[in-house]
Amino acid sequence: MNKTVNQKAWFFVIPVFVLVAFNAIIPLMTVVNYAFQETFGNNVFMWEGTRWFKQIMLSERFHASLGRQFLFTFIILFIQIPLGIAIALTMPKEGIGVPVCLVLMSMPLLIPWNVVGAMWNIFALPDIGFLGHSLNALGFDYNFTQQIGDAWFTTILMDVWHWTSLVVLLSYAGLRSIQPAYYQAAEIDGASRWAIFTKIELPKMKKVLTIAILLRFMDSFMIYTEPFVLTGGGPGNATAFLSIDLVKMALGQFDLGPAAAMSLIYFFIVLLVCWVFYTLMMRNEEKS
Amino acid sequence: MAKVTLKGLSHSYLKTQSSDADWAIRGVDIDWNDGGAYALLGPSGCGKTTLLNIISGLITPTKGDILFDDKVISGLNPVERNIAQIFQFPVIYDTMTVYDNLAFPLRNRKIPEEEIKVKVHEIAEMLELSSTLNNRASGLTADGKQKISLGRGLVRSDVNAIMFDEPLTVIDPHLKWILRSKLKELHQKINRTMIYVTHDQTEALTFADQVVVMHEGQIVQTGTPVDLFEKPKHTFVGYFIGSPGMNVLPCQIKGNDVIVNGKKIETHQKIKKSNFNKTEVGVRPEFISFSNEGIPVKVLSVSNTGRHKIVDTESETGKIKIIAKSNEDIPSGSAFLKFKKEYTYTYGDSWIIE
Repeated sequence: MNKTVNQKAWFFVIPVFVLVAFNAIIPLMTVVNYAFQETFGNNVFMWEGTRWFKQIMLSERFHASLGRQFLFTFIILFIQIPLGIAIALTMPKEGIGVPVCLVLMSMPLLIPWNVVGAMWNIFALPDIGFLGHSLNALGFDYNFTQQIGDAWFTTILMDVWHWTSLVVLLSYAGLRSIQPAYYQAAEIDGASRWAIFTKIELPKMKKVLTIAILLRFMDSFMIYTEPFVLTGGGPGNATAFLSIDLVKMALGQFDLGPAAAMSLIYFFIVLLVCWVFYTLMMRNEEKS
Repeated sequence: MAKVTLKGLSHSYLKTQSSDADWAIRGVDIDWNDGGAYALLGPSGCGKTTLLNIISGLITPTKGDILFDDKVISGLNPVERNIAQIFQFPVIYDTMTVYDNLAFPLRNRKIPEEEIKVKVHEIAEMLELSSTLNNRASGLTADGKQKISLGRGLVRSDVNAIMFDEPLTVIDPHLKWILRSKLKELHQKINRTMIYVTHDQTEALTFADQVVVMHEGQIVQTGTPVDLFEKPKHTFVGYFIGSPGMNVLPCQIKGNDVIVNGKKIETHQKIKKSNFNKTEVGVRPEFISFSNEGIPVKVLSVSNTGRHKIVDTESETGKIKIIAKSNEDIPSGSAFLKFKKEYTYTYGDSWIIE
């Protein structure tokens, strides 16, 4: 079949191009601009080459916040993914329980980030907060504003509370799409509950779980508002994740060059991890 | 291997039942001999899958008993009943190889690995899956996957019965024929009780020695394919089996006489009683011929299928189809029809009068 050549069709792409230019390309290019130059205001720029990148890559401060970031992301993935699957498995499959559970599950997802941070801040206050006060009353020495372990514990608990529902909803959708015949066949084949989970449910949930892990990785890797409101990155720098550290550098210290370089490195890490993860999952898919 | 008996089986998906329509199946009695090939035939929604799932233990019936070899097994789960079931859509374990899929039911039953190996290779040989044993099962075509489902049912040598729930639905037409012959061949080879559910009369009639026809949750007739064709016990059987189905015409019964369109006709049975709400005469298109006298009709159309002609005619009380030889001359306009006495039956309230 011969395709009609019509270059006018490119005009249809213009609206999208303009939109993407304004919301992505131009801001990104501004950051690139800052990353290679030094400025003292008044629109005066001096070329610095790769100096800021070298500085960031070698800075201990960056290593520390990157390390904290990876640790945080791994911990929450490690908790939220299995917990989400477990909750989805125990959710009712029919009757009035289904809408009730779904609505209850969606609630945390509907609350704005800064509200979540503020809620947990008050909830966890050691003297008047319900959580903080109860823990202290039970004999734990709990104070998330002063103790590093408590700050991490509270931040992770908050994120688990806020986002496990997303994994639950995705897993539940995946589970519901499994045809009853699979369970019946497994029953007839004499499969144990564990075998049903590993041989039927997990493989069938693979696609939604890939999406769940990707979303949770990206969101948690870029987390800002909730820990900023809860702990402000403290005590000290204990919960200063990449984005918090970045904002401190850019707006607190006004080191625009290094901050821009850090943003780009940050951006490429997210891109790289997502790409590697997605490629691995999809390559597996092709094999089968 | 076992004899399967169903006694007074009824099932409803509702908690309370007020009318016959609330029952998915009602009052089913069946005796199936060990090693036989049986088909459950009926249109969608007639209760055949429900019945099958009751036998396999996936559904607990509201009333009645299931017996294997005269022992009541109603309370047992599918594993304890030791049956195999093949579903409409191929069920395979995606992440496993073909070999592991076939070995799965055996591994779950803690059978030694050497024994499994022998068994799996034997079944793979039978189903022509040997060359793909080490492939991932998810890469196979629909018929390959259905063969795996089939293989998982056959691999256990001690199953009481193998049940098929419309297993060829997703298979391409040209492969359907091959797989069906394969099933028939397997049945002769392994000689196990096989129960085959389908809505396709060709599948049922070619596979089974005994066909059970279901209609609205009830068994309307059990018999060999020939029985069902030559002597339908219910107008539904006459209409459902055969192509085109049986002609059913309203009739009056006066004493011992059967009257259709004002003409007395001869039927197979002697009529003894006639206290029915509705009486009908049924005769297959194959057993009607044109004649100089008989039921007056108007010939509407003739379609030639190559092997024979199907003639549509209209009588006073309804349309009548006739199958005539392809070289036969068909009268046009008005004609008279003669029904073959041995194959003409009277039905009272849809059931044959005997």
